[in-house]
Amino acid sequence: MYVAVKGGERAIENAHALLAEDRRGDTGVAELSVAQIREQLRLAVNRVMAEGSLFDPDLAALAIKQARGDLIEAVFLIRAYRTTLPRFGSSRPVDTGTMACSRRISATFKDAPGGQVLGPTFDYTHRLLDFRLAAEGQALPRPATADPVAGPVPHITSFLNREGLIETDRPGDDLPPDLTREPMELPAPRALRLQAITRGDEGFILSLAYSTQRGYGRTHAFVGELRIGTVAVEMDIPELGFAVEIGEVELTECETVNQFTGSKTEPPQFTRGYGLVFGQTERKAIAMSLVDRALRWKELGEDDTGAPAQDEEFVLMHADNVQATGFLEHIKLPHYVDFQAETELVRKLRAEGAARRQEAAE
Amino acid sequence: MTFSVPPPDLQDRRTWMGLLARARPERLAELVPDEPDPGPVILRQPEIGTVMVQGRIGAAGSPFNLGEMTVTRCSLRLESGAVGHAHVQGRSKDHARRAALVDALMQTGRAAQLRRDVLEPLLRDEADRRRARAEKAAATKVEFFTLVRGEDR
Repeated sequence: MYVAVKGGERAIENAHALLAEDRRGDTGVAELSVAQIREQLRLAVNRVMAEGSLFDPDLAALAIKQARGDLIEAVFLIRAYRTTLPRFGSSRPVDTGTMACSRRISATFKDAPGGQVLGPTFDYTHRLLDFRLAAEGQALPRPATADPVAGPVPHITSFLNREGLIETDRPGDDLPPDLTREPMELPAPRALRLQAITRGDEGFILSLAYSTQRGYGRTHAFVGELRIGTVAVEMDIPELGFAVEIGEVELTECETVNQFTGSKTEPPQFTRGYGLVFGQTERKAIAMSLVDRALRWKELGEDDTGAPAQDEEFVLMHADNVQATGFLEHIKLPHYVDFQAETELVRKLRAEGAARRQEAAE
Repeated sequence: MTFSVPPPDLQDRRTWMGLLARARPERLAELVPDEPDPGPVILRQPEIGTVMVQGRIGAAGSPFNLGEMTVTRCSLRLESGAVGHAHVQGRSKDHARRAALVDALMQTGRAAQLRRDVLEPLLRDEADRRRARAEKAAATKVEFFTLVRGEDR
């Protein structure tokens, strides 16, 4: 029997009003503006753009405000908004070789041309709470300036290429698969895996990457290069018949260099993992490149050790936090009828069991 | 449809269209006041949408889809017949309309004036912004020095 139940409209309305009041918090404290979030919580904004898979800092800041700082809820809002917009087309692949870098480091080459540029990093801070930030209106330190290197900075892994010590990616211009348009099919090509990972949950990708470092699908990764900066986005405009720049995005790119002793099909050489993520998001980009490399075991003729990070289905089907939270959180919504059926079943099984025991006793 | 490298005169147009797309909407509004009525004929109302941004596997390999960005586009025609197009980052309809207007006017006799009053200031703003950022980053470049070791003495 199916019984439709109505009700709760007023409770829902009142709950939303209470949510709005709690979102605002103590009205004796100044309200947070979207611009303040965009400028001063920029790494949260970056994470929402990366996992929401939509580069728009103002929208991400608004979503963070609306979600009361719950970043997965904010990602959900961005994904939902995105579906209301028409898609005008695809850009040309961005050229990260021309990136205007604000940070660029290598763990493998100390003297790389272009140098090690630390940029705005938490590295080498002491991780001590700075109580001066609790006081507002403090004078800002003035960052020093120096003459920048002229022209684009070359990718560090290209130096290893000269000796043929590292695998090279074959350039191509095939139309990449798009998981926002076609349901993901497994096995997935590397392009599809990268799309899923770059929009995947940072915590999940981080933990998988960490598991490979601890031995579950070990890939011996070094950060060959990590760079953060802006690149131009160019698109072919059909009305014009040529490509124009439509804007620029900040990206974090990580290239890992992985030890590889060779396999049945490949010579001993360094192999690569690749991470590219919207915004200054280096933990995610490093984790992405480790997971990318772990998932390449089949192509490189490595052994399947049964590690979670080598299991494409496990990784790709559980990386999306909007899917995950949607399915997880729906179990708190009314399941009265399902539960009633389960209760009936348990009662029936108990009654049958009791009857059997009674029979056996007699 | 095939796309090829544009001829030199289009290269100029490409440059200004990119500059207009990257401009801050408020700055463009300062430099390009609202056009007097009757304004240009709007061929395509400013429309907000997205563009899928592609990256390349390993920076140089095959393309993959990185994620989308918001873009606003607009097309219009001046009385003279010149047609202007714009695809600009973000969700500002004013930005797209002004960029399309400047694109159209740059194809008319007012090109030199607009180059001086709009494009050159935008170019300077952008160059200043980029240089300031690059100079601050450059100051965080590590200068290594090797310590003299015992066996070197």
